[in-house]
Amino acid sequence: MLVQGILLGGLYSLFALGLSLMFGVMRLTNTAQGDFIVLGGFAAIAGVATFGLQPALSALLLLPIAFGAGYAMQRFVLNGTLGKDPLPSLVVTFGLSIVIQNGLLETFSADPRSLDTGGLNIQSVSIGGLSLGVLPLLIFAIAVLCTAGLQALFARTALGRAFRAVSDDREIAELMGLKAGHIYALATAIAFVLIAIAGVLQAMRTTVSPSDGPLLLLFAFEAVIIGGMGSFWGTFVGAMVLGLTQQIGFRVDPGWGLWAGHLMFLALLVVRPQGLFPKTRG
Amino acid sequence: MSALVVAKGLQAFYGDAQALFGIDFHLAEAEVVAVIGANGAGKSTFLKALTGLVKVPGDSVHFDGLPIGGLPPGDIVRRGLAMVPEGRRLFPSLTVEENLLMGAFAGRRGPWNLARLYKMFPILEHKRRHPATALSGGQQQMVSIGRALMSNPRLLLCDELSLGLAPIVIKEIYDALPAITDEGMALVIVEQDVSVAQRVSSRVVCFQEGRVSLEGPSDRLTREQISAAYFGT
Repeated sequence: MLVQGILLGGLYSLFALGLSLMFGVMRLTNTAQGDFIVLGGFAAIAGVATFGLQPALSALLLLPIAFGAGYAMQRFVLNGTLGKDPLPSLVVTFGLSIVIQNGLLETFSADPRSLDTGGLNIQSVSIGGLSLGVLPLLIFAIAVLCTAGLQALFARTALGRAFRAVSDDREIAELMGLKAGHIYALATAIAFVLIAIAGVLQAMRTTVSPSDGPLLLLFAFEAVIIGGMGSFWGTFVGAMVLGLTQQIGFRVDPGWGLWAGHLMFLALLVVRPQGLFPKTRG
Repeated sequence: MSALVVAKGLQAFYGDAQALFGIDFHLAEAEVVAVIGANGAGKSTFLKALTGLVKVPGDSVHFDGLPIGGLPPGDIVRRGLAMVPEGRRLFPSLTVEENLLMGAFAGRRGPWNLARLYKMFPILEHKRRHPATALSGGQQQMVSIGRALMSNPRLLLCDELSLGLAPIVIKEIYDALPAITDEGMALVIVEQDVSVAQRVSSRVVCFQEGRVSLEGPSDRLTREQISAAYFGT
């Protein structure tokens, strides 16, 4: 059960990484995060249903599309909402959330759908006497890879340096010759690739339906807050804590799972409002 | 000597508030000029207008013969005009070395690189992996100067290098300047301490309430002249 909680946490960390990245670089809270995840899932499904692509190919093709869409979204829409006041970006992403939900409802109807995995979702392997699903293990591995990759990108590359510099002091970063609008757009582009990965995996593991977004956003948000703003491994651990708590809750009573997760989140907010591993200052 | 910077009737505004009322300023290649004046005289605004952080009309500032007023700061630094901002403004989440590397982002070629900076300020090499904000004030100032030098500018603007530093540290910082200017880099120093300003520069320009109130060779201006121009008495 504990292992299952951790594996569930892996999926939640993928939900949360994009949110953590966008907040870390430009203090932008993407309230449409959950809906973009659902959109990613549906886009992969549509690739299979409409264009007859193999599910894996459809998912892979989605990644560069998500990168481009994220770049354009930030460059042409969200950059205009940034400033000292967080309200404009919240309102705009909230509006996007409603547009996406209704657009999906209009196009795909309210039925839950899933991405055909060719039986991958029912296969399992036996490790140390435990029978574990292949798909959850795969999702967990992808989550670890994404977190490690993102952390390495931030810590070791010139692009990561640029991300941190514009986050620290946009004016001085521009004085050094950085174009903040472009750097922000690249951050959102990467966030959208993570969102697309999360959406595809969610559609493979279970189902997606147009109204799922807000709940996914809530999980992502809770993971980020529990972990502490601005730290990717913090977000990862936050997602583990959330996944574990939910699994334990489900075990106690099938109706208590999500509730237990929310309780843990609230309890942590009271005890340690800065999160487990805060990095963000000011 | 050819003029590197020419400002003609330069006016600058913060919203509706006017900060500069028609500044005429020129600077030759390899010249070291000190800008002095009381708080609020417009010295920092002047530097921000040169670097593009404050938008001004295009032809009110020329750099190397071309108008640069109102260009994005990144375009100006790529032409060879770098600034050490007031209060140092290091990136807190970057290490010392990462801060220095940010300065090289403009991609200009020239003599300045990490090795040379570490030779000039050896302490920075020892602390290269430390967070920039973990350093003392004087060491942070060295990082800020180094970061600007990494863009290999033709003109370096230094805004209040001595702000908040002990006299002995101020001396150490200013003693490093000849090593920078020896190769022909021009320098504009904004400084509150008039005697320091006179000692390190060849010409002094005094601002008062957004206008130039006095200008002359550093070694020939008298204390009385400067005092009158400074306070407007």
